[in-house]
Amino acid sequence: MSTALDLRADGPPLVIPYVMAGVVPDWLDLVRGAAEAGADAVEIGLPFSDPMLDGPTVQRAAALSAARGGRPRPLLDELAGLDVGVPLVVMTYANVAMTLTPDRGVAGFVEHLASVGVRGVIVPDLPLEESAEYRARAAEAGVAAVLLAAPSCGDDRCREIARASAGFVYCMSSMRVTGERADLAATAGQTARRVKAVTDLPVVTGFGISAVEHAVQACEDADGVVIGSVLMRMLVDGAPVAEVVEEVAAYRRALSSVHHSPAGG
Amino acid sequence: MRAPDAAGRFGRFGGRYLPEALVPAAQAVEATFREAWADPAFTAEYRRLLATYVGRPTPVTECERLSQVLGVRVLLKREDLAHTGSHKINNVLGQALLARRMGKRKLIAETGAGQHGVATATAAALLGLACTVYMGHTDVRRQAVNVFRMELLGAEVVPVTSANGVGTLKEATNGALRAWVNETEHAHYCVGSTMGPHPYPWMVREFQRVIGDEARAQCAEPPDVVVACVGGGSNAAGTFAGFVDTPARLVGVEAAGGSAVEKGKLGVLHGFMSHFLQDDDSQVLEAHSISAGLDYPGVGPEHAHLAETGRVRYTSVTDEQALRALKLVTRTEGILPALESAHALAWVVDAAATGELAAGSTVLVTLSGRGDKDIQQIREHLR
Repeated sequence: MSTALDLRADGPPLVIPYVMAGVVPDWLDLVRGAAEAGADAVEIGLPFSDPMLDGPTVQRAAALSAARGGRPRPLLDELAGLDVGVPLVVMTYANVAMTLTPDRGVAGFVEHLASVGVRGVIVPDLPLEESAEYRARAAEAGVAAVLLAAPSCGDDRCREIARASAGFVYCMSSMRVTGERADLAATAGQTARRVKAVTDLPVVTGFGISAVEHAVQACEDADGVVIGSVLMRMLVDGAPVAEVVEEVAAYRRALSSVHHSPAGG
Repeated sequence: MRAPDAAGRFGRFGGRYLPEALVPAAQAVEATFREAWADPAFTAEYRRLLATYVGRPTPVTECERLSQVLGVRVLLKREDLAHTGSHKINNVLGQALLARRMGKRKLIAETGAGQHGVATATAAALLGLACTVYMGHTDVRRQAVNVFRMELLGAEVVPVTSANGVGTLKEATNGALRAWVNETEHAHYCVGSTMGPHPYPWMVREFQRVIGDEARAQCAEPPDVVVACVGGGSNAAGTFAGFVDTPARLVGVEAAGGSAVEKGKLGVLHGFMSHFLQDDDSQVLEAHSISAGLDYPGVGPEHAHLAETGRVRYTSVTDEQALRALKLVTRTEGILPALESAHALAWVVDAAATGELAAGSTVLVTLSGRGDKDIQQIREHLR
């Protein structure tokens, strides 16, 4: 099933909000609300004790979820039967992927994702060389294994990553862990352009998209953006879900009003 | 001990579980290490520093009074006499030379007790590199003097506060890895033990094998048993490398509260696959040990492999056993071991008493570091 995660690449730029599962009691309302506000997919984070690619905000969100009793498997089970009309993409770390189902490894993980209706998956610490089995099992299970590309990856590596990725290619905007930043790094556009040049998959830029203007700027080169820390910061600081949904809507409006003509697309 | 396979694996353990952002950096470290380790000019400079700066070879000391008490012949490989007080400097100097070869301007390191942080700050001072050491906020408090020592050496010490409030070696390593993402262009991550992504477990063992190679040459006859403590496992890996092809029994001693080989489950953390203490919900647990250097929930991948093949036996001792052994060795030999090293000694004391060590057999113990850094903690516990 190569169409597990079929995101349109010819319309306005894709908006993919990130929600840490269990971060607030009504986190599923945020997933629903984000979809209603025009998100093209929702990225669902599963809490892990040692999130090496996450900055302070997502770390806090993970810790909040864990403190509220949030555990990967029960949180995933909350997604079962939830149909928000757009695909859900789970993001977590390799240790969770390997151990979610005792003795079944990554195969058990992706099969469990499929069983609760999840269509895509991102495991940042399973890079190209460590992800062959995971990608194969995900494809069998009908879950798109999305790979990341980074500014430090050379052209050849970007090509291999794009070839191996499913659903879309997730570009890190800069050599920084997740978190809000004042400006969008110049590397965001460079990386998106390099990946666009070697793939027909949608190219989505994330990490550090902290303002509507960053998103608009990123989508001059990319097909969409992931918005994470800005939303999670609002939530952990106590903003009601409705306010966070409104923030997603603001990104949607801004990106829908710009003409989408990414380089090469 | 052999080099890992092309994917950086020892059996099924190891690998390179890094975000793509860091894969090119780890590949560059591997390429540079392979090239440098085969370059006579590099190894000559490394050996010159080990001799003239670290003070190698460190001696093997025959412990006459301790041997009398225990009924077995105890030899100590004295890494406590190396510059900065532990074996950590062997690895750090190798990596600092490598960093310079790669044109890096800065060293990043994680530290628990501060031994690796102090060693890294020392090497940075020696080679004129900048240095930032990541340390769990709990350890920053517990090891205030070592923090000052690193700062005196010119390093910046960054306390790592985890969102869940615990701050030891695991969090320090998370902090260092995140810093490596942010600064990969100009900084080298100087990993302190035989852990982390390929090539670190292998490279650190190679930089530490000087311990085992020297000890083997220094022992007139090969010992019956060779013992070392295991946190991430660098002094043990370096020691065992010199004896793995002898008939000697090899014993690795973990802290009971950080015993990844005995109680861990297969998983992935900090870039490598190994055994890690974790709960049933895939969350990695904090290790608990009186020794901050053994406060690590995992074990280096080569050790996980050596445990699986059965070549090395891994066991663990409690805080109390370690403290008792520390006191005994201090009183009988006038040598104050680091709390980490006291774990290896505690196994010897215990095994001699139970007869697991046959009377009259010869045991070589790597004394990985001196206990001066632990004085405050030892005092609190023995009072």
